[in-house]
Amino acid sequence: MTAPGAGAFCARLLRRQLLLAVRRPVEIGNPLLFFAMVVALFPLGLGPAQDTLAGFASGVLWITALLSNLLTSDAVFRSDFEDGSLEQLLLAPQPLFLSVLAYIGAHWLTTGLLLALVSPVFAMMLNLSASALGALVASLLIGTALLSLIGGIGASLTVGLKRGGMLISLLILPLYMPVLIFGSAAVQAAVGGFPAGPYLAILGAMLCLAIALAPLAMAAGLRISIDA
Amino acid sequence: MWPIFHKFGSPPWLYAIAGSILRWLLPITLLALVTGAVWGLLFTQPERIQGNSYRIIYIHVPAAVVALAGYYVMALAGAVSLIWRMKMADVAMKAAAPVGAAFTFIALVTGAVWGKPTWGTWWVWDARITSMLILFFLYLGVVALYEAFDNKEAASKACAVLSLVGTVNIPIIYKSVDWWYALHQGATIKFTGESSIHSSMLWPLLLMIGAFYALFTCCLLLNMRAELLQRESRTQWVKKLVTKAGSP
Repeated sequence: MTAPGAGAFCARLLRRQLLLAVRRPVEIGNPLLFFAMVVALFPLGLGPAQDTLAGFASGVLWITALLSNLLTSDAVFRSDFEDGSLEQLLLAPQPLFLSVLAYIGAHWLTTGLLLALVSPVFAMMLNLSASALGALVASLLIGTALLSLIGGIGASLTVGLKRGGMLISLLILPLYMPVLIFGSAAVQAAVGGFPAGPYLAILGAMLCLAIALAPLAMAAGLRISIDA
Repeated sequence: MWPIFHKFGSPPWLYAIAGSILRWLLPITLLALVTGAVWGLLFTQPERIQGNSYRIIYIHVPAAVVALAGYYVMALAGAVSLIWRMKMADVAMKAAAPVGAAFTFIALVTGAVWGKPTWGTWWVWDARITSMLILFFLYLGVVALYEAFDNKEAASKACAVLSLVGTVNIPIIYKSVDWWYALHQGATIKFTGESSIHSSMLWPLLLMIGAFYALFTCCLLLNMRAELLQRESRTQWVKKLVTKAGSP
């Protein structure tokens, strides 16, 4: 039997990851539930006045999406590290660059994509103006992909550690900050009646850069974690 | 060039050379720090609007400059250790992280002290201050990651990757917070064109910046020596060194 080519291998890996996620639907639901609960905390903490909520809505939604992504990032490589399949992946002839992209792709499809699609519901609960909903969904679609890539770097570096949870937040939160700035600025611009396009374009540019560079860091991180 | 390159792989050689550099660099650093501080604090004109409070510039600006440069020293050392597998580069990288964090902290604290009389508040969420704060977090992230590994070789490699990722991110962070909000004044010292700071204030400031670079180097070398002793604590040369120092 000949080894599959890089593209086919990647597609199989993506399918495997998605199947694993679909077979455990609770794991897909948990980040969304977390998102809903944290959004519900803000009116309790800030007061239910509609104007206050509308003012904070873009930031609240973005920070909540970011936290939800942060919590799921830790698990991207963990189960495959524990059962040894990650080690096999490192030994495989296919480039690790593409394999980690498949992992991140699957992570984004099961977390960020769904979160972006349900975000308008929570946006309306927070009284975000309807004109900004498009910008919110668009910025979350691009932004969560970016967050997944950055989170993957943290996950690859900490996967071998027993207590990675807190550490991964310390490592990647500073790297998340530019994404938060532009993501929430895009929504705020749309709320104020300005075009959100420039901010989305910058997020897109950052995503291109991250797709090109983050897999390199992840591959290096995984090799280090496996060696340790 | 190669013999030198190989010598850098030798801990006792590095320990000795760091010691002999420190022997002349420490006095020069102290002299420059004292001269710069006395010159800046006592012998320059008070500033027209800020009066005497501006004098903290002689600590704040050098600390901030060195804090940023220190990150690049750390990342460069990390890159060298990843690419050429040079063990002594990871010693430099590991030693640079807490020193850089300390300088960043000094820059933040002196900035807060300076902000109180001039802006009327200890802290504002301004672009430069925020990016310094993020830089501080990045440094602490490297320290935290290093401490989390039991295997110190893996720890160094992981930190090297993290510091390189941070290097790509620093310009992005810097630009993004710049767009986000700017209150802090722009750069006043320019290499091309005229600086917008008067020359009588510029010279002591440049001296202090030089002194802080030297201070950073001293702290780095001291820290590297301590790290070398710790890593090599089971080897013959360290035992010899310790017993020689211990015996009367």
